[in-house]
Amino acid sequence: MATTEITGPAVATAGEPSRRRTRAILTRSVLPRIVLILGCVVFLLPFYFMVVSALKSTQEATQAPPTFFPHSWAWGNFEAAVSFIPFGLYAFNSVAITVGATIGAVLSNTMIAYGFARIRWPGRNVVFYICLATIFLPYPVVLVALFDIFGRLPSFGLQGAQHWVDTFLPLIVPTFFGNPLYIFLMRQFMLGIPRDLSDAARVDGASELQTFWHVMLPLTKPAVVVVAILAAVASWNEFLLPLLYLQSQDKYPLAVGLAFFTQEHDVAYNLLMAASTLIVLPIIIMFVLFQRFFIEGITVGGVKG
Amino acid sequence: MTGAAPARARRRFRLGPVERRNLRWGLFFISPWLFGFFALSIFPILYTFYLSLTRYSGIRDPVFIGLANYQRVTTDPLFWKSAYNTLYYTLLAVPVGVVVAMLLAIAMNQKVREVHVYRAILYLPSILPIFAISLIFIYMLNPAYGLVNGLLHLAGLPSPNWLGDPAWSKISLVMIAQLGAGQWALVFLAGLRGIPIELYESAEIDGAGPWTKFRRITLPLMTPVILYDIIIGLSLGLQIFTQVFILTGGGGGRGGGAGPDNSLLTYVFYLYKQAFQFGQMGYAAALSAIMFVISLILAGAVFRWARGWVFYQAEEA
Repeated sequence: MATTEITGPAVATAGEPSRRRTRAILTRSVLPRIVLILGCVVFLLPFYFMVVSALKSTQEATQAPPTFFPHSWAWGNFEAAVSFIPFGLYAFNSVAITVGATIGAVLSNTMIAYGFARIRWPGRNVVFYICLATIFLPYPVVLVALFDIFGRLPSFGLQGAQHWVDTFLPLIVPTFFGNPLYIFLMRQFMLGIPRDLSDAARVDGASELQTFWHVMLPLTKPAVVVVAILAAVASWNEFLLPLLYLQSQDKYPLAVGLAFFTQEHDVAYNLLMAASTLIVLPIIIMFVLFQRFFIEGITVGGVKG
Repeated sequence: MTGAAPARARRRFRLGPVERRNLRWGLFFISPWLFGFFALSIFPILYTFYLSLTRYSGIRDPVFIGLANYQRVTTDPLFWKSAYNTLYYTLLAVPVGVVVAMLLAIAMNQKVREVHVYRAILYLPSILPIFAISLIFIYMLNPAYGLVNGLLHLAGLPSPNWLGDPAWSKISLVMIAQLGAGQWALVFLAGLRGIPIELYESAEIDGAGPWTKFRRITLPLMTPVILYDIIIGLSLGLQIFTQVFILTGGGGGRGGGAGPDNSLLTYVFYLYKQAFQFGQMGYAAALSAIMFVISLILAGAVFRWARGWVFYQAEEA
């Protein structure tokens, strides 16, 4: 040990290096792998259990101790899961809300971020910090007030309701007013685009709107995809808002529909797991397809959970 | 006329034509946010404070009752219970989450070539819907035929009645929350990769071991990211709702309660029950107002506390 202080590990005496190297390999590549593989097993276990249980017979699903592998494959569970709740209708509602919320998020946040990133106006930074600060406003604080407000706004018979409550409007319209997290993410991206490009457009006589639409938007596409994906996943996963604002069963998205159904009926675990598998599946598919964008969005926008 | 002219001149002096044009366009582009800020944040907060001073069922007009709702809060055992449950959960889940995420991030930062595989697997659960994960855990934690107790039984360990035992129900929540640690591990990993390698090299020359390096270099340089995690974790922890709603079967319908001995009655769950199950919108508004004030105080306290331990490179360099 005394020698290493002077010469360092590179020129250590014979005998030392091999022991050092094995220790280095152990701490640098064996130990981390043990931690990571163990972590992955623990993280995947619930979902493995979900899929496996979805394929078990009702009898096997309520067997103690649980089996790790189904004795017989009950593929019929998926069919049963789809028919014990109006799965098609709920899925349609989920998709409708998600599409609406995603369009809202993409339109509003690109526009707002452009205002914060590409135009220098007095007071911009102060306003931007206020915008960021609203990240810390817990939504439940305004829950009661917003419910009351949406209960008074007329919806002119949309979806058979007189007010916004019991329509998709409270779930979709607010996304058209921007989300501080997505604004931040998009703004960071836009700040990285060279000024010359938009300046050139302005010199050529393009208006601010034309510069935004024809120059910035095409260049911002990767960030737009990230925001679209994050917004779509957030909307698909949302539980509290549809639970509050939707009252007629035929308007429920999958999240609320499934939760209420399981509370009102005794649903066998295997069918519940089959339905859960079907709900989780679209997100897993999206993740496999767009993994890069998820990971890109995460370091900036990965705080919703 | 005489007063208007110099005023206009002064304004024009402060903002040139380009600046004025930019201000107009800037405000135009951020107008959706501006509108949302006032209509969906500022106004509802003010309206919440107003409603908190009334008795209101949501149907008939609110009746002004002064501070009666706030007086009621002080003697409401369920208010204190829900506040206690929420704090208990948050103060346990946040540090555990930081440790788990840090451990995974450090492991991913070593010489592991297939890191992208672990990254994807660890990240995936954090984007899956929490209501679906909760449904899975109702089954996983079932004392008789759930997987968790099945495994504990195999290992010869005692099998708690997770969700049915007030001593374990909040621990169950903390466990479930760890499935979201993957995304924080990635945030931490980004932070670890930003630490200059020269710092470690010079520490090695000085004969520092792995623990010393972690303690003296990694941890101090990671404190800003840890603070970020703590703040978001606190904010989300105080809002916990969906998990307890699913795990307790909605607290309405058949069950009625919020877990054994109300041990899963969280603050927002209680707020929800008051507003939407008991029709006490005024009282629920008071609970909202209290939550708003507590959030502000907590955010301020964390930032103050952070000054003592968060490391800013500029100070030392």
